[in-house]
Amino acid sequence: MTHHTDPAAPVVEMRGISISFPGVKALDGVDFRMFPGEVHSLMGENGAGKSTLIKALTGVYLIDSGTIALAGEQVAFSGPAQAQAAGISTVYQEVNLLPNLSVAENIMLGREPRRFGAIDWRAMRRRSAELLAGLNLDIDPGSLLGDHSLAVQQLIAIARAIDVQAKVLILDEPTSSLDTDEVAELFRVIRSLKEQGVAILFVSHFLDQVYEICDRLTVLRNGKLVGEYLVEELLRIDLVQKMIGKELTTLDDLEQRARSVVVDESDAALFVNAAKLGRRGAIHPADLPIAAGEVVGLAGLLGSGRTEFARLLGGIDRADTGELTVRGKAIKLRTPRQAISHRIAFSSENRRDEGIVGDLTVRDNIVLALQADRGWFRPIPKRKQDELAQSYIQALNIRPGNPDALVRNLSGGNQQKVLLARWLAIAPRLLILDEPTRGIDIGAKAEIQKLVFTLAENGMSVLFISAELEEVLRLSHRIVVLRDRHVVADLENDGLTVDSLLALIADGSVSVEEPGEADAAAPAVTAGAAVAASATAPAPPTAPTTDETEGGRR
Amino acid sequence: MTKLLDAPASPARPSRPGRAGRGASGGGPTGPGRTPLSARGIATGIRNLLTSPKYGPVTVTAILFVAIFIVGGVRYRGFFSGQVFLNLLVDNSYLIVLAVGMTFVILTGGIDLSVGAVVALSGMIAASLLQTGWSPGVVIPLILVLTSVLGLLVGLMIHVFKVQPFIATLAAMFLARGLCYVISQNSISITDATFVELAVARIPLGGNLSITPSVVIALVVVAIAVWVLHATRFGRTVYAIGGGEHSGLLMGLPVARTKVLVYVISGFCSGLAGVLFTFYTLSGYPLTAIGTELDAIAAVVIGGTLLTGGYGFVLGSVLGVLVLGVIQTIITFEGTLSSWWTKIFIGALLLVFILQKVLTARRR
Repeated sequence: MTHHTDPAAPVVEMRGISISFPGVKALDGVDFRMFPGEVHSLMGENGAGKSTLIKALTGVYLIDSGTIALAGEQVAFSGPAQAQAAGISTVYQEVNLLPNLSVAENIMLGREPRRFGAIDWRAMRRRSAELLAGLNLDIDPGSLLGDHSLAVQQLIAIARAIDVQAKVLILDEPTSSLDTDEVAELFRVIRSLKEQGVAILFVSHFLDQVYEICDRLTVLRNGKLVGEYLVEELLRIDLVQKMIGKELTTLDDLEQRARSVVVDESDAALFVNAAKLGRRGAIHPADLPIAAGEVVGLAGLLGSGRTEFARLLGGIDRADTGELTVRGKAIKLRTPRQAISHRIAFSSENRRDEGIVGDLTVRDNIVLALQADRGWFRPIPKRKQDELAQSYIQALNIRPGNPDALVRNLSGGNQQKVLLARWLAIAPRLLILDEPTRGIDIGAKAEIQKLVFTLAENGMSVLFISAELEEVLRLSHRIVVLRDRHVVADLENDGLTVDSLLALIADGSVSVEEPGEADAAAPAVTAGAAVAASATAPAPPTAPTTDETEGGRR
Repeated sequence: MTKLLDAPASPARPSRPGRAGRGASGGGPTGPGRTPLSARGIATGIRNLLTSPKYGPVTVTAILFVAIFIVGGVRYRGFFSGQVFLNLLVDNSYLIVLAVGMTFVILTGGIDLSVGAVVALSGMIAASLLQTGWSPGVVIPLILVLTSVLGLLVGLMIHVFKVQPFIATLAAMFLARGLCYVISQNSISITDATFVELAVARIPLGGNLSITPSVVIALVVVAIAVWVLHATRFGRTVYAIGGGEHSGLLMGLPVARTKVLVYVISGFCSGLAGVLFTFYTLSGYPLTAIGTELDAIAAVVIGGTLLTGGYGFVLGSVLGVLVLGVIQTIITFEGTLSSWWTKIFIGALLLVFILQKVLTARRR
């Protein structure tokens, strides 16, 4: 404890760590150290290598080169069990607990108190009750873990991690599902552990929390070390720039351009028109005209019907009422395949399950939709595939720029770009993007937003869905607001603000048909309603990233 | 039944007064401060029990068993007796042992298709070695070691080479069945004095009731299995793997060792079941016990163990075996039905159980 801030005695010292996955260099010669009694943060965008570094330290991944020393002694873990035995305790980003076992078991599993060779269930429940009480968590240790909310499960995972008298405690995004009170409770626990001399690694997207609790931080970018800094010596704007590695001007550019685009809204330019299109249990019949070259944003809370509406247009689900016309001709969409033949592409919000095919290469993923459209009996020649893949890798700046890399090894943002490339390859007239920027870093986000603009300028219609209202406002020419499976407003994006949109989302009584009136009525909605809406609005993991930039620019 | 169709409410939440009229026994006018033991409270408790992924299926099986037994008692004279019940154990002791081993495997989310063939193989080994004059004191331990080793090989194949359990145990099944024919193509009868004695021995329980030594062995196996699964770290790791193998690994549990060991246990149980089966048939025959692995799986599933792993009890599997047994007994008592009807009933029962699970999962 005497080496409280003595930089000479780190408890963890990783040197020159490199890890490669097929086609991807996830970590490239990274140094990292942690001191006892200090809270350290690992900062970087998605895909920077934070999770990989953590898993190297906890023995989940074997390192290709480099050394790891724990309390001055060289170690080589071959599995998480060894790392835990050596005093490294981890709470992973995704809650890794067992829903089929009791809360007490989830806390104590592998370390159960035993009497005469058998598990002492009473002692186990007593001990876990104590631990839960220490976190101010009032739940029955005997209840099934699966019956609790994600936030409670997260706290249970933390209870498990602090039970072992760990030298090093790793918390990877521990606060993503916690509310303010729970975060405060967690911070209290972290501070008390810190006083006991535990070295704590706290990884979070929330910049405020990092600045509140951390003493030191290490920045990674693209698998490489940017540097190690004391939190009090690093301004937020500098931190954000170190994470992104480029000036934050892209987004400003976009806003300028958004205002300058004029859309031809005559009937001739109408590409798609949905008239009273609806589906029982999914979305009430609603109208949605989209002109060529127009970006229409769908705003609404999770479950408001925004995805459901988009799925009707994309032919994923079948509409049971209403009519869809494409260039004035009424059509019926029964399958996505038919939508594709009308040059309508739907990119799902569920990137992993309905988007990329992780075990295929970047090239295969890009040509997939085009190949499906041509039919399987007319394979795209290899040379054509390579050309396509190369051109999109360059155009969208997909990294790594290796068409043979497996997509599952790419970061979220790059996976999203591959997905975009797949749909762009079929040259769509209407591109439906459901949450294309969720869970990806701010650099990739800006690139995708820029791409949406360029596409619209070239005459492509885009239906853009995002939980981030700032993003919808920034990109859309027109915004359609949904609430409880109804379209409640269809507004020109002219002078709209996040607050006025929130008011519309919160209060459906605002006039539906008259955009002007809705606009005027919006500010009249009480502030309370707006606050309520923002409190219940789904918080995508990247939401704070936007805040970061804005905080940084100020 | 309307109550069961409601979304599961948390027991703490007071019920809405508007709904009270629909209660099973008119809990309407009982003010807001009702005790948890009201009709509605009990109904909620029962509903929670039945829809619980942990206890629901095994409760349903227990009710079903009692119901079938009562139906049998009402329809047939002499059905409602202790010996009819004990005969369920006597006739199915080998299946109980098989189901115990299978429960371990299925709890981890695996499957073992080799058990029927291994039963036949141990019968063949026993019969042929006893024929050449080996002592039962050597033969039985040898069989148990051999089948455990076979289980170990299967487990290693699954763990080290990441072979699907279905495929690995399918291979073991063909291997074991083929080895039976290598030993002999015909039935070999067992005349060894110890085996014959064990086959005919009855342990009296008083009042005209008796069981066989096989039943005692099976019950000992069940008791050990219950203890291992409930009270040892190994047992809890079995459940943990079924709940989430990756999570278990990240928690630092010995996933690899446990995963291999469940196949060793299943192999051991198959060997033991094979020995018990020879006590029952006093012969070894290469074509015996074909499809028995499916009976064992059916018993485990009917006993409430989830095929994807993580939920289930050994005692549930025992109940599953008893349900299969009692259906068979009823068909025997009926006299006019062919024994194939057993299969039809088991098929229907499995369908009902799978549907019930799907529906509970949806409701939750």
